[in-house]
This record gives sequence, structure tokens and C-alpha cells, in this order.
Amino acid sequence: MIKTIISEGLPVDENLLIRKNIIRGKSGKKRLCIVTGTHGDELEGQYVCFELARQLEKNRDLLHGIVEIYPALNPLGVDSVQRGFPTFDLDMNRIFPGDQNGHLIETIASSIIQDLEGADMVIDIHSSNIFLREMPQVRVNIESADTLVPYAKLLNTDFIWVHDAATVLQATLAHSLNTLNTKTLVVEMGVGMRITREYGDRLVEGIFNLMTHLGMWQGAVAPDITTPTLSTDGEVCFMNADASGIIIPSISHSVTVKKGDLLCQIVDPLRGKVLQNVLSPVDGVVFTLRSYPVVYEGSLIARIFSEKQRL
Amino acid sequence: MNSPYRDEFRIQGFRFGKGKKTVAIVGSIRGDEVQQQFICSQIVKNLIEIEENGDILPGHEILVIPSVNHFSMNINKRFWAMDNTDINRMFPGYEKGETTQRIAHAVFEKVRKYKYGIQLASFYLPGEFIPHVRMMNTGYQNTDLARHFGLPYVMVRDPRPYDTTLLNYNWQIFKTQAFSIYSGSTDIIHKPSAKMAWVSVLRFLSQMNIINYECHAGYNSSVITDINQVTVKSDCGGILYSFCDANNEIRKGDLLAKILDPYTGDTLSTILSPVNGILFFVHQKPLIAQNTVLYKIIVH
Repeated sequence: MIKTIISEGLPVDENLLIRKNIIRGKSGKKRLCIVTGTHGDELEGQYVCFELARQLEKNRDLLHGIVEIYPALNPLGVDSVQRGFPTFDLDMNRIFPGDQNGHLIETIASSIIQDLEGADMVIDIHSSNIFLREMPQVRVNIESADTLVPYAKLLNTDFIWVHDAATVLQATLAHSLNTLNTKTLVVEMGVGMRITREYGDRLVEGIFNLMTHLGMWQGAVAPDITTPTLSTDGEVCFMNADASGIIIPSISHSVTVKKGDLLCQIVDPLRGKVLQNVLSPVDGVVFTLRSYPVVYEGSLIARIFSEKQRL
Repeated sequence: MNSPYRDEFRIQGFRFGKGKKTVAIVGSIRGDEVQQQFICSQIVKNLIEIEENGDILPGHEILVIPSVNHFSMNINKRFWAMDNTDINRMFPGYEKGETTQRIAHAVFEKVRKYKYGIQLASFYLPGEFIPHVRMMNTGYQNTDLARHFGLPYVMVRDPRPYDTTLLNYNWQIFKTQAFSIYSGSTDIIHKPSAKMAWVSVLRFLSQMNIINYECHAGYNSSVITDINQVTVKSDCGGILYSFCDANNEIRKGDLLAKILDPYTGDTLSTILSPVNGILFFVHQKPLIAQNTVLYKIIVH
């Protein structure tokens, strides 16, 4: 059943519509919500929504509970190739829990929270941005790690990044829902403006695996669910550009590198000069890699996870 | 900072006087803050003359940075030219971080140790304000000092989580008395409110015995908070046909605006004032969506 959760009038003959697909099993009251499209340029979640809806509609008899799919929390952004909410300055994922007395988008944020609150689990799917490609991973705020990491391990991703509680994260959808005791996992995978089918298929398998553990799914589950690496078992190393120029990559994404390996070169095409050889400072796995070639000083090039040496 | 193909990115500062780091003034941080850039240029112009006349009092240094983001201003963008991030949401910055974190860090290192910090700021919604000084309620704010600008209002509001990365907030956290001056407009130059803003900054410097500058005393500022204001929102989308401007006195029941059907011109909604007061903020774009903040009224 398609339900419109938000309908707000736009200036000329159009309503801003946020819709969800409610898929009910034959029995069961547990509710799982899949949300994506907060940033209009992050599209990896589109395939996950499609594939999940397709499989669930075909196999409702195996579903115990309710799955709600929200493919576009920022429909104007998705439909107009804009990361942000058109006509509004602030990042939509920095204004939660919203404000019913605020501007249109703050009202919408508040209504989204009201709609999601009370779900047994929410999965918020992101895909970095156009600049960076991410290995399939779940990001968990350290404040809620004890509760969420066991669920995150079920999602068939490669990595779980438990990160510090930076203040701005307080205004994200996930943090706001977790504060309201609605368990919410943030998945990051792939790259902006693209769909990586392999990653989408893996996450769909992971969601069915999670549903099985929640007692919501009685169908088959992929036998080879990945056991993810946990960031707390090592260290995340950030690599930023020291020079402005064009990146010529030397490695592909998600590979294991050794300390001193060449990751990429930053070059000056005008003069035919290499401005920086970017070398790995550690042994580890490249779980984030720049995909957009133009960089300024400071642009993030890669994140490498370096596991602690086991004795 | 170098760029791949554009000119070198330079942030220029103007220092006046010698002595203790007394006042830092920052102009446009976003690429569309033309009014803020203009105001800052007028402050620089005046301070050059004041210094030449020997009217900067001994023992004070004033730093003015008119523009932090002209790479965006030159190409008509509000946020950072490369990745669209907002430098004013990167403070206090990080020298080893992303580009805009590095820019924020470089600026903050220059402005952080001053006694007073003044930012020419813009609002996240399009519209006109009564010129005012805005402060965040961090526990460090001093509204008595803010009244020395002589603007009609001093607005104090509670910070939201996303405000903690603003220049103003970080100034206060690092013990600088910080003031944001809202001067009415952003991407166009509104001469009367611009002059009101630059004169208010010079008045503040004069009142704090940093410069000699003769001007009228300004307003006896009223200190307000969100509690003193009523927000009026649109109940439908359409063409906003407004009958009032910022600073208008209004009474309960007064007609503020009509929302018109963009096809037929029929009135879809009539917006009446719910209270007696003065219009503090007025939305200016003619096309509005449902639930748009149209007015903020300071209640009498």
C-alpha cells in the first residue's frame, strides 16, 4: 500500500509528496523502516528499495510484520539532481528532529520523525557523495554502539565504523531517532549519482538476514553473510591532499595496501608535473577512495582502516 | 592556497592600530553575501581615514577580513566553489581536514584571540530583517555590550546542534565577545541598512574607546529572544502578495499579505496579523510554498 506521509503545496500547481510503501505480512506487528534519499545525489538506496519491495511483494506469506520503504525523503532533490533540499540552505540531514513551527523543511523533518518513531528498526541508506566511493559499511555513533553493533553485524557489510559523537551529528535523522529509542542504523556504500548493483544486492541480503533475526522473515537467507571488520579493532587513517590538482589513481577501491604503496598521484596537467605521490602511511584496507579527480589542498583522498596487530 | 586552474586563493586582512588584539571583523563568508562584503569595504574605507587622522586610540589593534569566500562569490555560488560545503559551518576548523575546514582553521587562528569579534552575517531564509545584533545564548554572551552598536534590537537565541560550528559560536567558546550583525539583505546592496550596519560597527568601536568617531548615539536597543516573537507561516503555496515591510508597526487583524493563485490571481489565503507588534522579519521571494515562514513579529 502506498501512503503519502507528507503533502505540502508548492508555489505553482504541484505538491511536495513524500511517500512510503507499506508491505504487511500475514501476521506480526514488528515494523522495519528502510529510508533513503535524504541527499538527492545519493542513489545507491534506490536499487535496495526496488529490490526489497520486489522480493517482499512476491513473498508476503514469508513476512511476519511490516516493512515500510521510504525511497525519497528529499523528492525534490532526487528528481532535480541536487544534494540538498532545493530552495533551502541547510543540509537536510542536519536539521532533525525538525520543528513544526519552523520553515517548510523543518516541518517536514519533524513529520518524518513522527512517522518513523516507534519502529523496531530503521535503516537509513546513504551513498557518500559524488567525490568519494565507500565500501559497504554501517556507521554507528559511539553513544549507541552497545545497542546497535550487534544488529549492524547482520547487514552483510564489510565494515562497521564506530565513530565519535561529533556535535553536528546530533542533528541527523539517525541520531534523533536513536535518541527517541528508535534503533536506527546508517549504511554508507558506493558513490553519489551512481548505483552499484553488487553493493545493493549484498545489502538486500543483509536486510533479509536482519529480518530473520528480528523474527520477521521466514524465507531463505544467503548462506555467506559477511562478518564485518569493526573499527574499534584498529585505527582509521584519513588521507587529505597536500596539493591542488588532478588525481591519477594507482589503486582500485576496497583493496588492501601496504605502508608505502602508491595510492595515487596528484598532477598538474598544464606543466606535466607530479605535485604529490600519495603513499599509504599504514598497512590496511582502503574503505573510502576519492572518485572525483579534481582536488584542492585538504580534499579527502582516502580512508584506510589499519587493524591492530594480533599477538 | 593554490587551485588546480584558478588564481591563487588569497584571504586578505587589514590591520589598523597597534597594541592588544582588540577587535576582529569578518565580512562575507558565503559567496552571496554581497551586502556584507559592501559593509565591510565601507568599514575598511572609514578605518583607513580614521587611522590617517590619528584617531585610533593607542594600544588597540583592529583586524578586518572583508571576504573569506570570494572563490564562490566570483562564480555566483553561496557555498564553497568546489564541494558546496559551508565555511561558516566548519569552525573552529581543522588544519589537517577538508579544504573548507582548513580555510576555517586559517581564519579562526587569525581572529580567535581578539577581545571582540564582529561578523557581518546572513540568514538562512530569504528576506528582510530589521538591522540587529544577534548573539547565541552560550553563557558567555553580553547583551549590554551588544547595545553599544546602537541598532534597534539585540536578539539572543538558543544555539541548535548545527550552530556549534559557526564562527560566532566558536568565538564565544574561545572567550571572544562575539556579535553577528544582520543588516537586512544578502545578495543585493540595500544602501540604507548597509550604512546603518557600518555606522553601528564604528559606533561600537567608538563607545568601547577604540577609535574617535563622531556619530549620533543610535537606538536604545531592545533585547529580545524567540519568546518575544510570533511566527506567521503560509497555509498554502502560491504567489505572495505582501502589503508590508520590515519595521512596520502592525495591529492584530491587520492585513499582512494575500497568497494568490498563480493561474487565476484569485486569493487563496488572507494573512492577518495575529498580534500587535512590529515586523522583525519579512519573507521577500514572491513564490512561496506551504509552511513557509512569512513573518516574524516582535510582540508588543
